[in-house]
Amino acid sequence: MKKILVLFAHPRYEQSRTNRTLIEGIKGMDGVTIHDLYERYPDFNIDIFIEKDLLKHNDVIVWHHPFYWYSCPPLLKQWIDIVLEFGWAYGPDGDALVGKQALNVLTAGGTREVYCSEGRNNYTIREFLRPFEQTARLCGMDYLPPFAVMGTHKLSREELTTHIDQYQELLRSLQGDSIDIPEGDSCQFLNDLSFLQNTQAK
Amino acid sequence: MTGNFLFQAVIYLSAAIVCVPIAKRFGLSSVLGYLLAGIIIGPYLLGFIGEEGEDILHFAEFGVVMMLFLIGLEIEPKAFWRMKKTILGMGGSQVLFTVILCFLILSLLGYSWQSSVSIAMALALSSTAIVLQTLKEKNLMDTVYGASSFSILLFQDIIVIPMLAIVPLLGTASGSTSDGHDSGHSSLLDNLPIGLQTVFVLLSVVIVVLAGRYLIVPLLRVVAGTRLRELFSASTLLIVIAIAYLMELVGLSPALGAFLGGVVLATSEFKHELESNLEPFKGLLLGLFFIAVGASINFGMIIDSPVEISLMVLGVIALKGVVLYIVASIFRIKMDQKLLIAVGLAQVGEFAFVLLSFTNQLGILSREQLDLFLVITAISMTLAPLLAIFNERVILPRIGTKESEEKPMDTIDKKNKIILVGFGHFGSTVGRFLRANGVELTILDHDSSRVDLLRKLGFEVYYGDATREDLLESAGAGEADILISAIDDPEATMEMVEVLKRNYPNLKLMVRAKSRVDAYELLNAGVTNIYRESLDTSVRVAEDALHFLGHRKYTTHRQAQNFKKYDEESLRRLANKVLNSDEYIFRAREEIAQQETLLKEDLKRGNLYDDDTSWDSESMRTRINKKE
Repeated sequence: MKKILVLFAHPRYEQSRTNRTLIEGIKGMDGVTIHDLYERYPDFNIDIFIEKDLLKHNDVIVWHHPFYWYSCPPLLKQWIDIVLEFGWAYGPDGDALVGKQALNVLTAGGTREVYCSEGRNNYTIREFLRPFEQTARLCGMDYLPPFAVMGTHKLSREELTTHIDQYQELLRSLQGDSIDIPEGDSCQFLNDLSFLQNTQAK
Repeated sequence: MTGNFLFQAVIYLSAAIVCVPIAKRFGLSSVLGYLLAGIIIGPYLLGFIGEEGEDILHFAEFGVVMMLFLIGLEIEPKAFWRMKKTILGMGGSQVLFTVILCFLILSLLGYSWQSSVSIAMALALSSTAIVLQTLKEKNLMDTVYGASSFSILLFQDIIVIPMLAIVPLLGTASGSTSDGHDSGHSSLLDNLPIGLQTVFVLLSVVIVVLAGRYLIVPLLRVVAGTRLRELFSASTLLIVIAIAYLMELVGLSPALGAFLGGVVLATSEFKHELESNLEPFKGLLLGLFFIAVGASINFGMIIDSPVEISLMVLGVIALKGVVLYIVASIFRIKMDQKLLIAVGLAQVGEFAFVLLSFTNQLGILSREQLDLFLVITAISMTLAPLLAIFNERVILPRIGTKESEEKPMDTIDKKNKIILVGFGHFGSTVGRFLRANGVELTILDHDSSRVDLLRKLGFEVYYGDATREDLLESAGAGEADILISAIDDPEATMEMVEVLKRNYPNLKLMVRAKSRVDAYELLNAGVTNIYRESLDTSVRVAEDALHFLGHRKYTTHRQAQNFKKYDEESLRRLANKVLNSDEYIFRAREEIAQQETLLKEDLKRGNLYDDDTSWDSESMRTRINKKE
């Protein structure tokens, strides 16, 4: 069974209904480590040794964060900047992460419709996530499409529950390596994969 | 005479010391132990005390006065006001129904209506002393049972005043003169007309309230300023005795006056200090009181008519219990709590002694009737703790309606109880920040003028020496989640930590440490959350100095963060290597040795700068160029 590390970054966790329920939903899952970055490093002084050690012992890296200004909150960027060290994660002899899987799990206030070439935000979520995708690639990791909870401002209780079920199911499948993901950009969101759509029907 | 007194003291104290631990060993309340001690040394068993038992009873009633003062201290006027519905509702209906029922039954048994009324009133009262002592011992004050019992008892303690006022009127109505009154305590006001008497009574209440505000508190401040502990104890005793004396002078119940005085002082900064000073006196006097009750049981009478007396005792307890059960039902109290209340308050209380003796002095009750009901009262008080055990061990396990609460997820509980010790320049910053975040604090400080000032600014600050076990207890160390120590004096800090570690192992401690060596001592005492007052500030000075030398701010800031981290780590690493010596000369030497170790470690580790490879393009360049 693959081990999953959820790197969670939210500067105002206590006021985020969606992220709180999502995190509560996956708390205590076997083989899933939730690493609450803002709780651990309120001073942004990230302990590189601890972080490298965590990465070494996990197979799937989840960047779980709200989508702020088309990117992640600053502490997660700080994490990428100083943990993914030259000569360790990339560059000469930088092969510590090769073969691992990486993906973004994000929440956004806007709906899918505003994130497209005709929409208000002009670009798709996948396009905005290119820096993460390329970061993963440079480190030799396998980058998966994002799992996104969109339109959080108008999410009903039932819809949120479905998202939690899907998030759990997704992590379980990633542990078992049983998902079949189409190559390239043909899959915009992991949410659309048929096995998660079945979860919704439940 | 003195020899006699000492002999008596030896008898009482040894009886208590033998009986109370035995009662405790069997899981019974200490009240029962005292009662048993009284029975054993009383006139019918060992005969160590005879007639004088009654005098001692009167003397020991002062324990009840102190208890009511302490109860008053617990109740802030605001809380008192909030409880008015339960006090008036539950207490009022309990007393009313019990009096009516007892009156009817006694009338049917052939008592004159005057004696029926006075006996009914006496029987309606429960024992504040027994019930509150038991509630405190078993830590039940916060339960529904505890709060309801307290409300009912409080109402009874208040209603006893008008009762004492009504009884003489009955005397007049029955035709007997009130000269029996003179044999008891005579009050200054007896010869005054009723209207003036009322004025004086009201006046004395006003005096107690005003004196509490404008005389006692300033007086205590002066006394606290002398820093003599025994003087403070003396003032505490003086306050209670003076109030009791004043009340007796105008013919009011000293207990009620003391209660009132307590309520007035409940909001003062000396609340906890007063409590911890009075607690031992109250305990001793109450113990004496219970012993006297045990000794006063007239076994001769029981032997003469065992059936009649046991029937009457059972009848009274059953009647009171049923009334309490019905009242509790009206107030929708859960089954288990209802039973606890019904059984817990079913006894006749100590005020019955006062009321009945008074009635006898007025000639309403005959000596036989008085004796009969005194015996009933004493027996019911003796049975009370036994009944409570029966309730707890036999009935309750069969019902089991436990309260369960649903917890909302991950919300911050604003009612977290925090005690902050020390409110000087360090503690005040801690307190201000916590208060700015809506956290309620209980603050202890030993500087009475500062306490005064802070209270004016709206802080809940109490005066007292926090190394004292009893003061920490009354400040709520038993219920608090966190205790923050901001004490300046390292020795006082250690002393308090030891007391806390011994008595409240579950209380989370956050402790200010003056120096590295103090921090070692605290670490070795088992404290994990230690805050060295020198660390953060001094590192910040060095950080700024580096900035003035031309270093970039963020880089030096990261250096500072790492330095603090290393220092905390080394603190914990080196703590167990430290010899614990109290001698100052050794401490100083130790401190120098520590400095040496640290400096050597710093040298070995080298420049922190070299460790930080984040955003370091230079090392990247060298590596890439080397490869090519």
